[in-house]
Amino acid sequence: MSLDLKLDGRSEDRFGTMAQGLLGTPADRPEGVLKVTGAATYAAENLPENCAFGMLVRAPGQGKVTAVNADEVRAMPGVLAVIRDERMIRNAAQGTANEAPVQGVDHAEYVGQPVAVVVAESFEQARHAAQSLKITTEGSPGPVDPDAVEPEGEPTRTGDLDSAMKDAVHALDLTYTTPSHSSTPMEPHAAIAEWDGDRVSVRASLQMLKYNRNELADCLGISAENVRIQSPFVGGGFGSKLGITAEAVSAAIAARELGRPVRVVQHRRQAFETVTRRSETTQRIRLAADAEGRLSGLGHEALVSNLPGETFAEPVTQASAFAYAGAHRVIGERLARLHRPAAGSVRAPGEAVGVTAFECAMDELAVKTGLDPVELRRRNIPDKDPSSGKPFSSHMLAAALDDGAGRFGWSDRAPEPRSRREGEWWIGSGMAAAFRVNIMMEAEARIDLTPDGAVVETDMTDLGTGTYAILTQIAGEALGLPAESVTVRLGDTDFPPGSGSGGSWGSATTGNAVWLAALDLRRQIAARLDCDEAELTLRDGQATCGNVTRALAEVLGGDDLRGHGHITAGDAFEDVVQSTFGAHFAEVAVSDVTGEVRVRRMLGSFAAGRILNEKTARSQCHGGMTWGIGMALTEELTHDRRDGHMVNRDLAEYHVAVNADVPPLEVHFLEELDPWSGPMQSKGLGELGICGAGAAVLNAVYHACGVRIRDMPATPDKVLAGLE
Amino acid sequence: MRPFDYVRATDAAGASNAAQAANAAFIAGGTNLLDLMKLEVMAPEKLVDISRMGLDQVEEQGRDLRIGATVTNSDLAADLRVRARWPVLSRALLAGASGQLRNKATTGGNLLQRTRCPYFYDTDTPCNKRQPGEGCSALGGETRNHAILGTSAECIALHPSDMAVALRALDARVEVRVPDGAVTEHELGDFHRQPGDRPDRETVLNQGDLITSVLLPAPAGDRQVYRKVRDRASYAFALVSVAAVLRVEEGRIAHAAIGFGGLGTVPWRDPSVDELLTGERPTTALFDKAADLLLQGAETHGGDDFKPPLARRVLRAVLEEATA
Amino acid sequence: MQTTLSINGTEHRLDLDTRVTLLDALRDHLGLCGSKKGCDHGQCGACTVLVGGRRINACLTLAVMHDGDEITTVEGLAEGADGGLSPLQRAFITHDGFQCGYCTPGQLCSATGMLGELAEGWPSHASADLDGNYELSQEELSERMSGNICRCSCYPGINAAIRDAAGAEGRK
Repeated sequence: MSLDLKLDGRSEDRFGTMAQGLLGTPADRPEGVLKVTGAATYAAENLPENCAFGMLVRAPGQGKVTAVNADEVRAMPGVLAVIRDERMIRNAAQGTANEAPVQGVDHAEYVGQPVAVVVAESFEQARHAAQSLKITTEGSPGPVDPDAVEPEGEPTRTGDLDSAMKDAVHALDLTYTTPSHSSTPMEPHAAIAEWDGDRVSVRASLQMLKYNRNELADCLGISAENVRIQSPFVGGGFGSKLGITAEAVSAAIAARELGRPVRVVQHRRQAFETVTRRSETTQRIRLAADAEGRLSGLGHEALVSNLPGETFAEPVTQASAFAYAGAHRVIGERLARLHRPAAGSVRAPGEAVGVTAFECAMDELAVKTGLDPVELRRRNIPDKDPSSGKPFSSHMLAAALDDGAGRFGWSDRAPEPRSRREGEWWIGSGMAAAFRVNIMMEAEARIDLTPDGAVVETDMTDLGTGTYAILTQIAGEALGLPAESVTVRLGDTDFPPGSGSGGSWGSATTGNAVWLAALDLRRQIAARLDCDEAELTLRDGQATCGNVTRALAEVLGGDDLRGHGHITAGDAFEDVVQSTFGAHFAEVAVSDVTGEVRVRRMLGSFAAGRILNEKTARSQCHGGMTWGIGMALTEELTHDRRDGHMVNRDLAEYHVAVNADVPPLEVHFLEELDPWSGPMQSKGLGELGICGAGAAVLNAVYHACGVRIRDMPATPDKVLAGLE
Repeated sequence: MRPFDYVRATDAAGASNAAQAANAAFIAGGTNLLDLMKLEVMAPEKLVDISRMGLDQVEEQGRDLRIGATVTNSDLAADLRVRARWPVLSRALLAGASGQLRNKATTGGNLLQRTRCPYFYDTDTPCNKRQPGEGCSALGGETRNHAILGTSAECIALHPSDMAVALRALDARVEVRVPDGAVTEHELGDFHRQPGDRPDRETVLNQGDLITSVLLPAPAGDRQVYRKVRDRASYAFALVSVAAVLRVEEGRIAHAAIGFGGLGTVPWRDPSVDELLTGERPTTALFDKAADLLLQGAETHGGDDFKPPLARRVLRAVLEEATA
Repeated sequence: MQTTLSINGTEHRLDLDTRVTLLDALRDHLGLCGSKKGCDHGQCGACTVLVGGRRINACLTLAVMHDGDEITTVEGLAEGADGGLSPLQRAFITHDGFQCGYCTPGQLCSATGMLGELAEGWPSHASADLDGNYELSQEELSERMSGNICRCSCYPGINAAIRDAAGAEGRK
């Protein structure tokens, strides 16, 4: 039995009438105690008896791979196997691939590709043996420079942008570049695989288990029924754990070969190379505006890269399709096939870099037109999607701009750059709009209701996104149970398939599945009370219908009830355009001596439908804004110009923001319910905070010191070059 | 990491003896050595632990200070005498690494800290510092944070220390016990070796030589400034750093000692810069001339082209602050 | 090699490969997996533990070097025999000082050590002077905690939690 819902139109808001008062509150994370005591167990941590340890080995070059001294390494102390198996994968699968990525170890298509796994009795033995395995490559390497190849793809053209540019009062034709980025979740990719007959169980650190199960099965050439994956705690993902990863596949292969459990953990340096990076981008942005700053046309063309055989192209212009009005448009990506490590989704693929560059260009247009940057954006809000002509499900940009500007004190800002100085520091402020498409996936969940409370089960994951908290709140709210009476079990393919975590869709999609499971239970309860479900009030373990109130346990009468929910996206995601919106404001200081930038304060106003848990939602936005700071100022994955390898593949030299880089961050949520987004009226929030955040910082840099950085990140050397 | 024998030394003689074996290394804090051993950039066959030999004391000797080799960066930075009289050293230490690393990293170890050149760290790319004669991958590669002073055709690797930059400006000396028991002293300026054609030889130390302490003479200047520029606000290596120790008398610079980080293959100090400044009235023109002198032999490699202008600006700002 | 480690008040005798780091001894040999391995090179702080009350990166030190040392890990931070949470642990939950939770044990141990350093009057890079009276300003706190990377970027929650707990213990 299951309650299925395909979202074809507007949904009724049922949570407005619920009585428990749990949803929307800033509830603490239920798994918090486990996390602050060290009791939450991540993928590498439940070592089974007799576990062996594997280390991946990388290719030092491109071409045909030879392991020169495999026999010698096999004879090293403790070494159990040197495995080079054709089923091993070249790089992590793309998100939702649902099948094996490119496999094989005989040919390295990029420097750093895993080409062997060495297994030994101890981690120390395995590491040394892996380091001792000499790999050579031969053959002519493929290109690694995005400018050296003819890219695939053409942008979509609407109207005549070239003419619009000629006719415009204000025309800008600008190029921005962003480097490769790495997700670098704190937990490195790890797996422990163990076979029982033909069935393999893998404790892994992955985001989307129902896909990962099929991907792993396809890699191994076995049936998905024979694969179980568990990821109850995931130490961050940010896209890097969407698809099946090299350590999980090689652990499963090695465990089968050795007939004992095998753990493989990627060294941090390996994780940079084998899981997908965010592609570098070169973005040409054209803006054609009239005297009042109204856009007659816009162009957003991006050059991105990926390995041959990969389907993913960083969707840089995804939001530009609907962000601003303008009849004449050229929008789209070109993909250069390069032999750099594979590119894929990193937090807010597309918008993270696309909105950021576009919002920098909008700031340049504001300067050119003499308009206030907030006003320029307000003037260009479209009344319907300019690309498709479809209506928006809701449009909250104007509200976010007003809310953010008011709270930030934007009106106090002198428009001229270099208006304020404190000692050697130029002080300035900048803003940017935020856009992120709202995506709905498919998800199932079940709830078992007993006199002790409710147990929610789905293979959905919690990467720190707040899934445990939010699903607790949804189930508790719908079933009239306090949080303590709800247990949420996640991250196990033995549970009903959720949406997986990615694309900000997790809480809205799987949350709706949990709601449907609860609704299924509500109907069963109502039937027992002989009343209509809509008339049923559940609160604190009591069921009320009309003037009859009975304890839920009594209603159950010794039976355990099971509810099952299943949600799929339908026409509601075809007939209207769904997006979340926001506005970022930042104040920075720029050293006139060194070009160093310090962010002094940052504020974001965001609209994403119903906010399910204000505490975890706020933390998600803090994360996004901080990534924006990193993108604007510090994060750059450097590829060696000769062979494309990642040069700075460690956390000392790939500079993610540290505590001292991040000022107090202010986050505000706009009240909104979006009926098109589903019964919860809630949209994805995990990525909105990063979209455009870096632009607010860079625009503030310009306002502070008059230096425009179009080649991100704005490291001291680049700012200095402008100051010189 | 290669297997190794581990012995814990209880005194200097024992440590020296234990370290006579070829390819033995001393270990104290281990923060740099273990980092490199895990990648097999370094692969000693024997580790001699000198962390429990009582070399962790800071002692006054007249107006000088003797800093034991295993005094941690944290303890040294927090030492009240250092804070009061050698503040540039506290500042340099506090600008480096993180609280956790400073709690382990030692004075002697910091002097032996090895470069962060990414090609040195990558055993799949040739590196003359790891293996002389193999070639330098940095040349022609990514050179954002390489040395522009003291380089050779074989190596452009940067010395990453903050502490040593301040110590150079403070005229520190390094006390070394050689295996036969004799104790020698080296001016810090003579301790590190520029790469030349043997980038692997980074100091004057020979196998079994043990740094026992660093000697800090009474400060020759009371105006002490350390300034570090880096890519993020904390927990990052210097792009450029300047340590200045100055004394100003009657409007003139009576003593000048300027150390530089982020520029040299060794912790850098240029006597001609100090001489130029000494006896002069502080002016922007003078500071710029000092920068000219400092940078006249600089060789950049593309990625690090920004360093000369950045160094010039930081030097000027530090000298302005120190002479204000 | 025989080594005795005193962890959270309990002595553990181990026979270890000399290459085993303190972190791997905790995680893989003693099953104390609270201390996390994020980078294994002292570049992230997830492995932070207290040795003799001082915070260090457990990944960059050998277990055999800590024979007889008093080591405190996240598992030892909870107060009292009943294992009740410390004020700092409680504050991390209240202020949402974590998301994925992987850096959290390191943050907690680091904050514990950091508050001790502050109480001893240690200066930091953010200190305006070196005279030894430091308050937990945003600048001081964020500089002193910069050895612990949180990629989820919970720094606002982490800092609020530390301030809250420090206040509860009479430190400002």
